[in-house]
Amino acid sequence: MAYPADRKYTKEHEWVMADGGSASIGITHYAQESLGDIVFVDLPKVGSEITAGKMFGSVESVKAVSDLYAPASGTVTAVNDSLATTPEAVNKDAHGSWMLKITLKDAGEVSALLSAADYEKFVAEEAGK
Amino acid sequence: MSITKATRHISQNEGLIFEKSSPGKAAWKLPPLDVPEVDAEKLLGSSVRNDLGEMPEVSEIEIIRHFTRLSTWNYAIDLGMYPLGSCTMKYNPRVNEVVVRLDRLANAHPYAPEKISQGALRILRVLSDALIEITGMDAITLQPAAGAQGEMTGLLMVRAYHESKGNARKKILIPDSAHGTNPATAAMVDYAVENLKSNEQGMVDPAALAAQMNDDVAALMLTNPNTLGVFEHEIAKIADILHAKGGLLYMDGANMNALVGKARPGDFGVDVMHLNLHKTFSTPHGGGGPGSGPVACKQILEPFLPSPVVITKPDGTLGFEYDRPQSVGRVRAFYGNFGMFVRALAYIMANGPDGLRQTTEDAVLNANYIRKELTGTFDLPYSTPSMHEVVFSDKLQGKNGIKTMDLAKRLIDYGFHPYTTAFPLIVPGALMIEPTESESKEELDLFVEAMKSIAREAENEPQTILDAPHNTRISRLDETAAARKPVLRWKRPS
Repeated sequence: MAYPADRKYTKEHEWVMADGGSASIGITHYAQESLGDIVFVDLPKVGSEITAGKMFGSVESVKAVSDLYAPASGTVTAVNDSLATTPEAVNKDAHGSWMLKITLKDAGEVSALLSAADYEKFVAEEAGK
Repeated sequence: MSITKATRHISQNEGLIFEKSSPGKAAWKLPPLDVPEVDAEKLLGSSVRNDLGEMPEVSEIEIIRHFTRLSTWNYAIDLGMYPLGSCTMKYNPRVNEVVVRLDRLANAHPYAPEKISQGALRILRVLSDALIEITGMDAITLQPAAGAQGEMTGLLMVRAYHESKGNARKKILIPDSAHGTNPATAAMVDYAVENLKSNEQGMVDPAALAAQMNDDVAALMLTNPNTLGVFEHEIAKIADILHAKGGLLYMDGANMNALVGKARPGDFGVDVMHLNLHKTFSTPHGGGGPGSGPVACKQILEPFLPSPVVITKPDGTLGFEYDRPQSVGRVRAFYGNFGMFVRALAYIMANGPDGLRQTTEDAVLNANYIRKELTGTFDLPYSTPSMHEVVFSDKLQGKNGIKTMDLAKRLIDYGFHPYTTAFPLIVPGALMIEPTESESKEELDLFVEAMKSIAREAENEPQTILDAPHNTRISRLDETAAARKPVLRWKRPS
């Protein structure tokens, strides 16, 4: 799997794509693959604050419920409501299915995250374990 | 397809009871009223309910047949082996049922005065003493309704203990092999959870524990043997590391079936633990329940036990003590699931100390027999010696696209209940198998033969496994669709 270079990644398997002072957030292809069929995505409301490294929601698959961790701090400006009825979109296209859009508190937080190449290396190690 | 089956699946068709309903049909007929009729609406006013919603209207024989047919779809330990790992699905001896149905026990009332409840109180006392002796602890409560509530009771006691010392502390350490209930319990009693990584043998690493241990840690929650079925042989060192910094050792007693009569948690440094009478002590588990999760502790935690506790009064009779100022309070109505206490005590008395020891030895022997027979056929991720259960992985079958869940579904066709799939989490694609002492060599051989046959199918005809089960009333269910678009209630066809 080639991970798109237009965004950054976390070791908790979220991606974040910054665009000036705002950013969109989702989970990676590797995350959806390990979770299996996703049946429910629980996301915060527009206007709420998320903090880098802290939980902001959860993803439920037939196997387990997994927490989502914020790759960066900020205020939620939009939530992908279509995932409430079609959570399978994340399985089909994880990198095309954003979950949240936020205004970034500190754009520096995003640039400090993993690059596509570094994330790919990290995943290879984790999968090989 | 010719396979040796342990049991046959019964496939009686049966619809919903609502589908048998027709207006006015009833299973009862009352004699004419011989008292003045009252107007419910006048008595109850606006609380009266005239619309009772949709109710099935059926005859008595239809009700009987409906539930009898449904009951034949069940799988039970009385039908065959139920090798769910860490669940200890052992036989529920009939002598337990004989004793619990004795008229004076079955009809005892929790509000009966202590003076006429001495027999029931004595059952609580004798069972408590037996469990204290088996665990090597000092005191016990029988109140918790099952294992998870036992965990919560134990951690409430841990919190109360630390609070009594002036600092409740902040977190609970939990190994990555733990049951999911452990972190859930810690969170419910308002502690943060800190993960403890297992070492290459699948055990707690004392050096790693020492590095993570500090004055913020209230306790370590440890299952021993752990969920890999491996005995944490550094347990005494682990206890010392915790105690040196004022922390406590909580033991999840889920796997106590590997220890009874052989090793006592109280002797290897455990401060508080729960037992599952519905696992280790042969009371019904699963649909048959209810459960029972006594919590045993050392003397330092005794003041915090839920109230009431059974005491011997000055006149020599037994009674309940309610005045316990440091108690965490009541955790269950009345005194716990009394019927389970009677059954567990019957089991303990029928076996005696030597019998219980033999039970443990047989449980460990059976798990190791399966391990020996199936190693090579299935991948064994941890080669550390097994106790009462063995954990394989689906690695060898994975190359044909077959996962642990598929193998488990196929096992149903052979007449067995599936093993535990995909747990513990530290083993990707886990097959967790616990036969218990209940199984004979003949039944174990049937199981081994089934597992080997499934492994051959995985090589030669993988699609058979991917589409399994084939011999059940309903074949492979679409679990994803069921979770995404659940149908939660019946609607009358329009």
